Amino acid sequence: MRRGLSGFLAALGLLALMAAGAFGQVPSWKPLAQDDLHDPAGPAVNLLQQPAAALSVLPPDGAGNMVRWVKALEEGHIQPRTALRQQTKVQVYDKDVLLNLKGGMPVVRFPHKAHTEWLDCSNCHDHLFKKQAGATKISMFRILSGEQCGLCHGAVSFPLTECSRCHSVSHAQARKELEGQSR
Amino acid sequence: MSAFATTAAVVFALVLLALPAGPLRAEYGDVVLNRRAEAAGVRPVVFPHWFHRIRFRCKVCHFELGFQMRAGSNDVRMNDIIEGRFCGMCHNGEIAWSPENCDLCHSGKPGLPSGIFGGHETNGPGRW
Repeated sequence: MRRGLSGFLAALGLLALMAAGAFGQVPSWKPLAQDDLHDPAGPAVNLLQQPAAALSVLPPDGAGNMVRWVKALEEGHIQPRTALRQQTKVQVYDKDVLLNLKGGMPVVRFPHKAHTEWLDCSNCHDHLFKKQAGATKISMFRILSGEQCGLCHGAVSFPLTECSRCHSVSHAQARKELEGQSR
Repeated sequence: MSAFATTAAVVFALVLLALPAGPLRAEYGDVVLNRRAEAAGVRPVVFPHWFHRIRFRCKVCHFELGFQMRAGSNDVRMNDIIEGRFCGMCHNGEIAWSPENCDLCHSGKPGLPSGIFGGHETNGPGRW
């Protein structure tokens, strides 16, 4: 009997640990009436779509909206429109750029593809970042102040707590890639 | 109880405590617009990025429609919307509900300050 109980408790503890490890944060979304923004006395809270209804079916994440938005788009979970007007030119650009080559943190791989699927070139160029490689000094201080990458990351796209999602390439790997390119 | 069971129970309790107490309240990327709304006698507007980006890519509003990406830098008036600019490109009764449905956008709690909510730390000093 005792052994049964202790085994049960141990299994329960293990399960809880696994759950905590696997998800970090359990995705959950506040109903609109409890989000501290919508007026619970107004009619909208009963009419608008609830975040949980829309977001719980998308690829999960541990930060921000708890959704992997890039993955959701790539895998076709969502099909957001690209343009309203027919004559709007939609530009997608596929080139990774390695940044922060001399920094202490791992090198940043900036994927143009994932960004231009959502954004237009003119959203970032040339007022935030010059097109010419190395022409714009990018600083983490500015990013944390809501400039440069921080205009979106930390506001609508994945937050700045996710260091390794940008700083993802070891210096050795980056050197290898850059040598391969120059050959 | 065996030492193992006690340890397991303690670990379980600790893990439960370590889990976040609740979700973030405002949804990440929610924007409140209240520069004029309440002064004009309506609730502040709550704009949910999460809802819109499921249906439209960022570039539709931030490139085609001309919304600047800094919260607070778009001075949108109700007239613009009624005449088909900014929100009015879609909120025209065809793509999305028309501006007569005041309460659907003007849905915020009275007294809310304008700004972007539900986020981490990137508003920066003096951003709004």
